[in-house]
Amino acid sequence: MALPQAKQTVTEERLATLTMPDAGCTKKAREAALARLRQMGLPGRRDEYWKYTRPDTLTSAEAPTAALFQTDEPTMFHEFDRLKIVFIDGVFSPEESDELSLEGVTIDRLEDICGKDIHWAKELYGVLEANGQTPVQRPLAALNTAYASDGVAIHVTGKPSKPISLIYRHASETSDAILHHVVRVESDAEVTILENGPAASRFNKCMEIDIADGGALHHIRAQGRDHQRRAATHMFTRMGTESVYKSFTLTVNGVLTRNEQVIELTGDDAVAHVAGACVGDGEFHHDDTVFVTHDAVNCESRQVFKKVLRNGATGVFQGKILVKEGAQKTDGYQISQSLLLDEDSQFLAKPELEIYADDVACSHGSTSGAIDETALFYLRSRGVPTREATDMLTLAFLAEAVQEIEDDALAEVIVTRLQDWLARRH
Amino acid sequence: MLEIKNLHVKLEEEDKQILKGVDLTVDAGKVHAIMGPNGSGKSTLSYVLSGRDGYEVTEGSASLGGEDLLEMEPEERAAAGVFLAFQYPVEIPGVGNMTFLRTAVNAQRKARGEDELSATDFLKEVRAKAKALKIDADMLKRPVNVGFSGGEKKRNEILQMAMLEPKMCILDETDSGLDVDAMKLVAEGVNALRDEGRGFLVITHYQRLLDHIKPDVVHIMAEGRIVKSGGPELALEVENNGYADILAEVN
Repeated sequence: MALPQAKQTVTEERLATLTMPDAGCTKKAREAALARLRQMGLPGRRDEYWKYTRPDTLTSAEAPTAALFQTDEPTMFHEFDRLKIVFIDGVFSPEESDELSLEGVTIDRLEDICGKDIHWAKELYGVLEANGQTPVQRPLAALNTAYASDGVAIHVTGKPSKPISLIYRHASETSDAILHHVVRVESDAEVTILENGPAASRFNKCMEIDIADGGALHHIRAQGRDHQRRAATHMFTRMGTESVYKSFTLTVNGVLTRNEQVIELTGDDAVAHVAGACVGDGEFHHDDTVFVTHDAVNCESRQVFKKVLRNGATGVFQGKILVKEGAQKTDGYQISQSLLLDEDSQFLAKPELEIYADDVACSHGSTSGAIDETALFYLRSRGVPTREATDMLTLAFLAEAVQEIEDDALAEVIVTRLQDWLARRH
Repeated sequence: MLEIKNLHVKLEEEDKQILKGVDLTVDAGKVHAIMGPNGSGKSTLSYVLSGRDGYEVTEGSASLGGEDLLEMEPEERAAAGVFLAFQYPVEIPGVGNMTFLRTAVNAQRKARGEDELSATDFLKEVRAKAKALKIDADMLKRPVNVGFSGGEKKRNEILQMAMLEPKMCILDETDSGLDVDAMKLVAEGVNALRDEGRGFLVITHYQRLLDHIKPDVVHIMAEGRIVKSGGPELALEVENNGYADILAEVN
């Protein structure tokens, strides 16, 4: 079916500003992605999965400018020993990054995977993204595969002694960055990947993660307080038997953020947890779109999303659990909750379950509520001022999502930072 | 110290007068008990003094040490020395009991222009006071009142009171839901805080709490007013004969 004219125009106008990198071995995957994109067209307001989030500033030919955010805060995760990989406005910075060498893991830049003939990466690039286009189209991810200008290939073969930390700096008010990472975790290997920073005025990031049998990946991401940044991110994860994927995202401010997680449990006894805590203030729109497919026996998936919204901020949650025929003994759980601190803020939730197996336990829930006045009075009656008391209750509300982080030290860093951010307001 | 004059209070949402002219003075060092039938306005009085929303003062005044309480926010009243031990202590999931206590202690100190208590000093103090109330380390770590038994919740209220060292302690049916041993423990906690600088207002239905916390003055409240005051013997009279005689006598 031909695309509607308006959609076609938006797509072609956007594509006209982009140049496909001279990509060697990924050329085929990129061209296939471009063909997919042309067929789908960039998202529009009428698309079912974009009903609650306006995509126009994510699809416009030019990125809207975003003022740089000035702050005296220490950078996220600074207290951790980690291997730093720094991108400035979407460009890898060898000067700022650590040497890309660590026992148990091999890290290469995307542009080197052809020259170095890194098979797994060549074979993975664009594949999980392409798989993730059905049943729900994700055109911005196809655009990413076609035009990504940088990224890394992370091959985990052991248990590296420290986390790999992807740091995204924002240095130009007009930057429009497209990064694509590929990650392969081998059998019984285990790694923690950290991500933080605003990245660019507009950021399109895609990460394809392939976890082999018994492998484990912990992902912790902090999208900081930069008010004017925009981001559309996709994580595509394919999971083997007894593999583990645990992802947590903290988002504070930013004018528009759309985080998509597409997880496919293809091996038996795999465990996938995705969680998010977000604090939105004022001109803020945050969208978590999650799609978990159970395609194996005895797998567990968990989605825990908490959003605190004030001064007219908007939060969106679209979460789905699809249990395929034969995916018996599935344990699927999903909860999305918002704390609305005033009447101007809103939370839009679309929880979905689609189940084709008969021996499963799946549950989902979604709530929106104001601050608990009784608890607030209790705290105030003990001398805690309203604002501090509100922050305490807000933090307590978010804690349930933060608790999903397995590593206590990382969880504490997130809590401490949240506390600070809540206290600062803007 | 606590001076309530001709206090009239109605519900904010509906046209219902709850307090119809309460007069009460509690001097420092004294324990006053308020008894009365259900619906007489005892709990309302405690809420109005601590600043809970939902009530409108239509007439009268309430002050602590000369400061007008009714003009203050709940947190200001707390810093000025008002403490309400809740009839139903509130559960706050996600907020650790210890964090809560420390935040409260330091917020009040800050409001009074005092230095914050150091982490070590706070810990030392809280451990000693918790021990006296048989509150173990686990209870201190758990979220505020979450999963606490009725007795644990009330002991936790008294621990807060001990840590905050208020001038005016208001106990709203602290004996409700307590077995005899728990009541003794709570009463011991309260008695340990009795001193010349501190006043108590103990709201209760039953004489038995007053066996353990000996009041100086007992008031009977009915239909929004204090209808009779007397010594500890008044509580015994209520225990033996109920309220009917007293109310008939007043009317």
